Amino acid sequence: MSLSTNLRRTLSCSKALVRCVNTSSDPQHPKTTSFGFQTIPEDAKETMVKSVFDSVASKYDLMNDAMSMGVHRLWKDQFVGDLKPGRQRPMKCIDVAGGTGDIALRILDFAREKYADRETSVEVVDINEQMLKEGLRRFKKTMYHNTPQISFHEANAQSLPKDKFADDSYDLYTIAFGIRNVTSIPAVLEEAYRVLKPGATFACLEFNRVDNPLLGTLYDQYSFHIIPLLGTILTGDRASYQYLVESIRKFPSQPDFAQMIRNAGFVTGKDVDGGAWSNLWGGVACVHTGVKV
Amino acid sequence: MLLRAIPKSVLASTIHWRNTRLINTIPAYPGHIPLNPFENAFLAVGSAVMSLLDPYRADLIAALGETTAGPALPRLRDIMLASPEGRQILKDRPRISTKTVDMNALAQLPESTLGRTYKTWLERTGVTPDSREPVHYVDDPELAYVMQRYRECHDLYHCICNFSVNVESELAIKYFEFVNLGLPLAAISAIGGPLRLNAKKRSVLFSEYVPWALQYGSTSQCLMKVYWEKRWEQDVEELRKELGIRDSPAKWSKKSMSTVASAAVANSVDPAPSQSSS
Repeated sequence: MSLSTNLRRTLSCSKALVRCVNTSSDPQHPKTTSFGFQTIPEDAKETMVKSVFDSVASKYDLMNDAMSMGVHRLWKDQFVGDLKPGRQRPMKCIDVAGGTGDIALRILDFAREKYADRETSVEVVDINEQMLKEGLRRFKKTMYHNTPQISFHEANAQSLPKDKFADDSYDLYTIAFGIRNVTSIPAVLEEAYRVLKPGATFACLEFNRVDNPLLGTLYDQYSFHIIPLLGTILTGDRASYQYLVESIRKFPSQPDFAQMIRNAGFVTGKDVDGGAWSNLWGGVACVHTGVKV
Repeated sequence: MLLRAIPKSVLASTIHWRNTRLINTIPAYPGHIPLNPFENAFLAVGSAVMSLLDPYRADLIAALGETTAGPALPRLRDIMLASPEGRQILKDRPRISTKTVDMNALAQLPESTLGRTYKTWLERTGVTPDSREPVHYVDDPELAYVMQRYRECHDLYHCICNFSVNVESELAIKYFEFVNLGLPLAAISAIGGPLRLNAKKRSVLFSEYVPWALQYGSTSQCLMKVYWEKRWEQDVEELRKELGIRDSPAKWSKKSMSTVASAAVANSVDPAPSQSSS
């Protein structure tokens, strides 16, 4: 492992230490990060993202359907279908930023329907209590409620508590449409590396860059003109959806994100579509995978 | 190779066209959200559908009003400019909220004054002047103020016509506003609103309220040019005569009348500032 990775790991282990180091070296210029197209102090991002998701939680699923015209369901189906949870043996999965439980439900249904597997379990982790509440409500309508197959935990993906989320304990780590909202993507990737067993898979479904210029123009027009208005009409909250479309543009490109995954210690495929990542709908959504060795 | 055949000047202007925007996107006032014509139409249709499905979405009714206002706002502004009182309003740009209007002072005024009648009306209906959505989608700041003024004075129109805030009364006021002010939103609400009423309320609306609203709305003065804040002490019946409004057919429920009585008791207990200073 390189010196820089070790240094980053040591620093990211203690947020207080990072702040201390930061302020002592350069108190005039606090570290900043992006919140959509705005630049804000790093410490503020978590609170601002929290307020976005507190506000969208109750209508999250409705808005997803409206904005993507139902296509997000196809993306999530393909994401889980390609991972094939439960194929070899029951898996212990962790779904991070999984609030409303879309991926968790698909994992459990896939294992049950394809492999008659009722031992695979998913732990849904989210930093936002409102989103977890929506997830719990959704799961009450399914057969998995009150079984060991599903559980909900409030935690920060950048620093999962070591007592609940031990090292080398999960067979599958999934994060869908959540990683672009975190303050530090490397911290999340390192936590993912820590909690996965050797040989286990890390999989991330996220919005990404569209290369095709025609599709890209249409996508941009749709994102910046229609989506904030849909937010106004359906939920009365334009700002949250403006943040959403801007945060998509700020996310690293496919090869850059694949490199970040490798920096955390994972092994990925080659830097081509079909290798380290797989574009869905031309790059509107993208699945990145890595394996811990 | 094909690109080389196109003269540089044409290519440059094409690229420039792609990079220019169809509308100016710098906000003209705090809260301004510029929309291009397509977005404007989309929001108008979307908010119309959604506010029919959920009439409690006041923010969408506001958005519908702003996106469909069109030439009505400049027309209203010109009517205001044509009268001295209206010109004063456009110059001062007064706002009506609990912060800008002294509600306690209004409660102390004699019962027949406009100010006291307005305060009593607010108590009877349980409405507050603070819940008005700010204007977002009107591009010109002065027209945005005209829209904001309309929204804030809407309660005063209820009050001066002596209507409550149930659905039939709101619709009656919308008919009144359409003939008096000419806003398309009033027409849209007037057409869409009755769809949600039951037959009995619809019959009251169309047999009593609407004929009254259409007659007096069209013959009375344009209410936008009334500087309400300068007329709190004016006798309300005298004001109604001046504006041309009378014989309101509105019916008030017994429950709201008891609110009046308890409010009157509360007001009489408060020490009047004029008495303590003398």
